[in-house]
Amino acid sequence: MTTIHGRATSLTKGIVLTLFISGMTISFFISAVTRGDGEIVPLGIFALGMVVFGLLVVPASWLVEGRRKAINRTMTGLVFSAFGFALIPLVSLVWTVVTLGLARFDGQFFGSSMRNIVGAGGGALHAVIGTLEITLIAAVISIPIGLLTSVYLVEYGRGRFSNWVTTMVDVMTGIPSIVAGLFAFAMFSLFFGPGVRMGVAGAVALSVLMIPVVVRSSEEMLRLVPNELREASLALGVPKWLTIVRVVIPTAIGGLVTGIMIAIARVIGETAPLLIVAGFTQSMNYNPFSERMMTLPVFVYNSYSSQGTDAQAYIDRAWAGALTLIVIVMALNLGARIVSRVFRPAGNH
Amino acid sequence: MTSAPPTMPRLRRGDRIFRGVSVAAGVVILSVLVLVAVFLVFKALPALDPSVHIESTPNGFLAFVGPLVFGTLFSATLALVFATPLSIGIGLFISHYAPRRIASALGYVIDLLAAIPSVVYGLWGIQVFAPFIQPVYQWMSDNWGFLPIFEGPVSGTGRTILTVGVVLAIMILPIMSALAREVFLQTPRLHEEAALALGATRWEMIHMAVLPFARSGLLSAAMLGLGRALGETMAVAMVLSPAAAVSFKLLTSENPSTIASTIALDFPEASGLDVNALIAAGLVLFAITMVVNSFARAIVTRQRVKMGEN
Repeated sequence: MTTIHGRATSLTKGIVLTLFISGMTISFFISAVTRGDGEIVPLGIFALGMVVFGLLVVPASWLVEGRRKAINRTMTGLVFSAFGFALIPLVSLVWTVVTLGLARFDGQFFGSSMRNIVGAGGGALHAVIGTLEITLIAAVISIPIGLLTSVYLVEYGRGRFSNWVTTMVDVMTGIPSIVAGLFAFAMFSLFFGPGVRMGVAGAVALSVLMIPVVVRSSEEMLRLVPNELREASLALGVPKWLTIVRVVIPTAIGGLVTGIMIAIARVIGETAPLLIVAGFTQSMNYNPFSERMMTLPVFVYNSYSSQGTDAQAYIDRAWAGALTLIVIVMALNLGARIVSRVFRPAGNH
Repeated sequence: MTSAPPTMPRLRRGDRIFRGVSVAAGVVILSVLVLVAVFLVFKALPALDPSVHIESTPNGFLAFVGPLVFGTLFSATLALVFATPLSIGIGLFISHYAPRRIASALGYVIDLLAAIPSVVYGLWGIQVFAPFIQPVYQWMSDNWGFLPIFEGPVSGTGRTILTVGVVLAIMILPIMSALAREVFLQTPRLHEEAALALGATRWEMIHMAVLPFARSGLLSAAMLGLGRALGETMAVAMVLSPAAAVSFKLLTSENPSTIASTIALDFPEASGLDVNALIAAGLVLFAITMVVNSFARAIVTRQRVKMGEN
């Protein structure tokens, strides 16, 4: 313990630990007295204990260490508790999805559709197929447009037009997903009449959401390519377009793939636009160019919102669908991370 | 960016084609946005005509969309009120408090959480959170009921606007904390070390060096979070029990609904001019989010000018 003129000026670890233990003990007794049923909630006791601990430490610190140190300890406590507090719902979310989702996370769930199913049984095969097809089409539309736009912005873009494109990409980033769905509906209903529902329309809506994400991430990656590489290639007489295709893009390929995978992960969970333009159905539909097409997020929503007679079966399916979605999104994110590790440019320390 | 050589050789054909294609991609982006606006306006106009009677908007379009605009702004504001202090706390925790090794892992976990689909948050909100929080609402109303916002009767299901606000806050928390962390990490190292060298405590250093530097970044993070919360559809559609009321009461079952959730709930069943009314409502939502986002962008641009683009 540091002392000045024989007076303690800082709280040692031992004192803090003692206060921590007494905080927890007091909390334990408070909950034992107030809750007559003798039930013990460890998390609740811990939380209350932390509050009591704070109430003990701060005055102690104020008396011994002075005002500034006491404020510092208070703020440290607040920052830690903000973090702990925010963790609770997020942990609860992941925990419930995993535990409740596993109930129906079985072969039948991935092997059958909901056609003619009332009550238990059935599965989400039609939704998985729909999600894969629609996302694939969205990716086929968005990746070339997004990639070429970022090539334009980085390699060619100068002047007013490129400023416009940058601004528009920003605006596109902010389009709410449901508005993208309404746009796709408005466009397709002009050609196919009111009440149009088809998979491609959903893919168009998703593309509106996906293109700006692809442009942003690819642009960032292309800008990271060192100018020396471009200059060396141009100096050897390689045409500019070949320089881009053979030198710039291969150098950035890891980052480009990562960005694209994350963009796919972002749109694969979109519900609102698909609810509007792809609709929902209980049957298989392999053809994205006609009729309603089920997708996984809509499946989750629909299973929950229109429960049949055996409500539990529908809720179980909703959770299993949610678990599937999370698994897909996590797999894409982890895959993106692995790709960026593997393709990390060599010799670029 | 490559700089053009002083004497430009004649462009090869491959170059011209490639350049044309990539410019075309930019043109596609511009035209998509123009198309979005044109199609939406085109489809929305019939609903704005005051002389036609539309079933879902018997008192005119403004009377229909007004309460929805209120609900949208109200729920998003609630979300922002909860999420802003927490995300600053999380950002500070990861950037300045947590041990470095844990910090990068935590940052990654938060990025992952940002990717969880909103329908999952909705399912969690209604199945887990609303039943859990309902007794708390009852208690709040019993004890603090003299305040108008906590006035009863308390909703029996917990599906109130306050629940929506909390669920939205949880949804925008990952993205806002990620942005806050980025901003905090950009604080010039020298400023921090100077503050510490002068004997500042950790909090004083953060208060003097980190927060002033981060202010505009935090503001734009909050704006982006607000934009997300305004446009969020599924979580609200699933959790809220809507009544199209204009009311600040947080705990009752008479809740203002939001634009996005109303569209999602009504669109599958809508036909005729009801569809146009919903599209017009979507256009209003688009306009609101655009204003919020351009505000956020303006803040970022001003910051860049001030900081000299570092």
